[in-house]
Amino acid sequence: MTSTLLRAGLGLALVSLSTAPAVGASRFVADPYPSTYQAHPDGPLLIQNATVLTGTGQRLDNADVLLRDGRIVAVGDALQVDASVTRINADGKWVTPGLIDVHSHLGVYPSPGVSAHSDGNEMTAPVTANVWAEHSVWPQDPGFQAALAGGVTSMQVLPGSANLVGGRGVTLKNVPATTYQAMKFPGAPWGLKMACGENPKRVYGGGKGVAPATRMGNVAGYRAAFIDAADYIAKNTPKPAKRKGWFGSDKGDSAGDAGGKRDLKLDTLAGAIQGDIRVHIHCYRADEMATMLDLSKEFGFKVAAFHHGVEAYKLADRLAAEGVCGALWADWWGFKMEAFDGIAENIALVDRPKNSCAIVHSDSPEGIQRLNQEAAKVMAAARRAHMPEIAPERAITWMTANAAKALGIEAQTGTLEAGKMADVVIWNGNPFSSYALAEQVFVDGRRVYDRSTPPATPRSDFQLGQELR
Amino acid sequence: MGMLNKRRRAWPGATLVALLLMTTAASAQDLLVRGATVATASARGNVENADVLVQGGIIRAVGRGLSAPAGVPVVEAKGRMLTPALFGGITEIGIEEVSGESSTVDSALKIGEQPLRPEFDVTLAYNPASVLIPVARLDGIGFTALGAATGGGFVAGQGGVVRFDGSADPIGPRALFLRLGAAASELTGQSRAAQWMLLQQMVDEARGQVAADSPHALLTPAGRRTLARYLSGQGRIVVEVDRAADIRQLLRWAAREKVKIAIAGGAEAWQLAPGLATARVPVFVDALGNLPTTFDQIGATLENAARLQRAGVPVAFAQRDDASHNARKMRQLAGNAVANGLPWADGLAGLTRVPAEVLGVADQIGSIEPGKRADLVLWEGDPLDVAHYAEQVWLGGRAMPMRSRQTELRDRYLQRNAQP
Repeated sequence: MTSTLLRAGLGLALVSLSTAPAVGASRFVADPYPSTYQAHPDGPLLIQNATVLTGTGQRLDNADVLLRDGRIVAVGDALQVDASVTRINADGKWVTPGLIDVHSHLGVYPSPGVSAHSDGNEMTAPVTANVWAEHSVWPQDPGFQAALAGGVTSMQVLPGSANLVGGRGVTLKNVPATTYQAMKFPGAPWGLKMACGENPKRVYGGGKGVAPATRMGNVAGYRAAFIDAADYIAKNTPKPAKRKGWFGSDKGDSAGDAGGKRDLKLDTLAGAIQGDIRVHIHCYRADEMATMLDLSKEFGFKVAAFHHGVEAYKLADRLAAEGVCGALWADWWGFKMEAFDGIAENIALVDRPKNSCAIVHSDSPEGIQRLNQEAAKVMAAARRAHMPEIAPERAITWMTANAAKALGIEAQTGTLEAGKMADVVIWNGNPFSSYALAEQVFVDGRRVYDRSTPPATPRSDFQLGQELR
Repeated sequence: MGMLNKRRRAWPGATLVALLLMTTAASAQDLLVRGATVATASARGNVENADVLVQGGIIRAVGRGLSAPAGVPVVEAKGRMLTPALFGGITEIGIEEVSGESSTVDSALKIGEQPLRPEFDVTLAYNPASVLIPVARLDGIGFTALGAATGGGFVAGQGGVVRFDGSADPIGPRALFLRLGAAASELTGQSRAAQWMLLQQMVDEARGQVAADSPHALLTPAGRRTLARYLSGQGRIVVEVDRAADIRQLLRWAAREKVKIAIAGGAEAWQLAPGLATARVPVFVDALGNLPTTFDQIGATLENAARLQRAGVPVAFAQRDDASHNARKMRQLAGNAVANGLPWADGLAGLTRVPAEVLGVADQIGSIEPGKRADLVLWEGDPLDVAHYAEQVWLGGRAMPMRSRQTELRDRYLQRNAQP
C-alpha cells in the first residue's frame, strides 16, 4: 500500500499493513480506521475425545483438537502433547469451528432499540456507498455477548436495506471491546451492501416521493451509480509507468490516483468493481437475483452472496454455477410480498448443486444466537421432503466455511485446520438441536465464553448494574 | 357450535383421504393410533406404548391394548410420539396474509375518533382459507389465539381461539387484548401512567359510574357492554406487558377489579413470580427473548419460563414480531425454554394444555384425554426439538393433508430446472 494517507499516518498504517493482507490493492480501500484487534490466546489447550465437525465436510468421532498460540495446531486421533498442555475432556461433546454470521445489524441496530441508536440505515439518499457501517457500531450492544453464547465468533455487520446501495459492511471478531476497531477482523475485506426490491422503492418512491419508486427505478439507480464508478476508475487509472518510490510516486499519487478529488461513494463502488470489496445483495426474488447477476456482468463486479433470497431455491443451479453464495433464513416468509414464496427447504435446495455455497444467516439479534438451530430446521425439512439426509458435517459448513468464503476470510477462519485461527466452540452435544448449548467458545485461542462460570455471558457496559434493585 | 361437521371439505388435498375412509363403515373421524408414546399433556403425563381410540372425531380411550372396532383405520405409531395438536401462539393467522400489504391485514383497528373500542372483534375477519393455516398445520399446529393487534388504542380489541381444521368460527370465549408500557405510551399521551388513568375511566364507564352522555366518554355503548362482560369475569384480558413495575401495577389492578388476566410477553415477569403464582396469572412467555430490546425488557432472560414454572405460574408460549408466519417457531420456543431449565412436560404443556386452559377451551382441546377433540400429531421425533418434524396431523380425528403452498413450491423446484 503506497498512499498519501499512509504518509500522513505512517506508524499506524504500517501496523495495519502487516495484519491486513486484503487491504492495499488501491486507495479505494485504504483504511484510515484500521483494526486494533489483538489476539490474546490462552496457553496451549487440548480438547479431547470430542465429536469434531471440521467445517471441511468431515466428521471425526472421538477426536482431539489442539490449540496453541491462538491457532489450530492439529486435529486428529489421540494427539500427543507434553504435560504442560491444558486438557479438556470433551467426551460426549461436539466441537465445531466458531460460527460466522454474514448478516448482522448488531451494534448498528442495537438493544435497546432506542431512536438514539438507530444507526443502520442512512435513509437520506438511495445510494450511500460512502457510509461505513463500522462508524455506526455501538460496541456495548448486549447482542454481541448473546451471540457469543450462541457460538458466534465472527460476523459481518451491514447497513440496512433501505437504500439501493447502503454502504460498507464490516467484519468483526466477537470479543468484548470498547471500540469497534478492537473488534475489526484483521485483514477482512469490506462488504458492500446493496438491496433489491421492495425496500428501496418503498422508502424513496413511497416515502419521500423521489426515485426509485419502482423496481425498474431500482435498476436504473444501480446502473447510474456504477457508471459513475467506472468513470471514476478510468480517471484514476495509472498513467503509463513512472518509477515509483517506496511511499508512492514522486507526484504523490497513490495506486495510480490521477489526482482528482476523492469521492467516498465512488471509492467504495470502485473497490467493489475491482474485487477488493465483497458485494452482498439483499434480494428476495429469483428473477431479481438474475437481474442483479446481469448487472454484475455489465459493470464487472462479482456478487459474493445474495442475502435473504427466499426464492434462491428457484435459481439454485445458477447460483452454484456462478459461484454466488445464498445467505438465507431457515423459515422466515410472508412478512412482505417478496417473501411470499419462502419454503423451509430453501437452504437445502441451494446446498444441493455441485459447487454450491449455502449459508445460514440471521439478520436478527435473536437468530444470530441460534444459527445451529436454524440449520437443524433445514435438515429436518429436507428429511421430511425425502431429500438425501443432510449430515451434520455438511450442515456446519453453512455457518462456518461457506460464511467465511463469502466474507473473504476463509484463509483465516471457518474450519478446524492447522494454521487457522483458533475460533472454536465446544457444544454440550449435537449442535443441531433445540437443546444444544455452546459450553465454551474460543476466539483466537482465548476462552471468551464459559457457560459453567457465572455470569455465563460477559455483560456489556450497558447491562452493568441494571440488575441492582 | 356443533362439534362435528362432516360435510365440511375445506382442503382439496384431503378429498382422497376422506373418500378412502368413507368407503368403510366407520366415519372419516374414526381412528386408532396404536403403539405410540402418548404425551397426553394431562396429569397422566407420557404413556409409553399406548393406543388412542378416536370415534366421531372425539378421543374415546387412551390406554394399552385397545382394539379397533370394525372398520376403524389403524395407524401404527411404532413408538413415535403422539401429542395434542399444538398452540400456534397469539397470532394473526387468517387475519393477515402478507404483513406488509395493508389490504391483506385486518388485525388492528385505527379509528381516529373514539379509538378505544373493546367491542372490536378480529374473529369476524377470520379467513379459514388463509395460506398461513396449512403452513402452520404442517408443523403440528392445530389452534391459535387470534389476537387483536394494537392500532389506534392501547385497548386493542377482542380475539378468540380458532382451530385449523378449516372451520370458520372461533371456539370458546372471546379474550380482550390490551397493551401496557412503553410500546403503548404513544397511544396514551406519552406516558404509561396515563394507561392506568384511561383504564380506570373505562372501568368506571363500564360499571355505569359515568353518565352515558358524558362528553368525556371514552367508550361507545357497545364498548361499555363489552368491557362490563370482562369486568364480571367472563373472558380473559390478555395484557402484553414486560416491565416488572408495570406487571406489579397490573396485578394490583386485576385484584382490585376482580378480572381474569393473562400476561403476554412478560420479559420481566419472573421477577414477580410469587405474586403471579398466588394470583394464578398465567404468562405467555416469549422464550427466545433474552435481550433488553426496550427499556421495559432490561431483565429479559432465557430462564424466564423455568423460573415462572418453578414458582408455580402457569406457563404458555407466544412470540412477538411476525408471530403469524413464524408460528412454526413455537416449538423452538418451548425447546429452548427446556434447554434453559424448564421441565420437558411443562414445555409441552405450554404448547397445549396451558394455553387451552388460559383461553377457556381446555374442555375441548389441549390434551389427549377421553372426551376431548381428537386434535393429534404424530411426530418423527421429539416435538420440542427443531431437528424433528410432524408426520401426521389429525384435527377432529380427520387426517389433515400434510401439504401447503410451500410444499407445492418445494416439489416443483425439487425437480431441478423445472422452469428456465
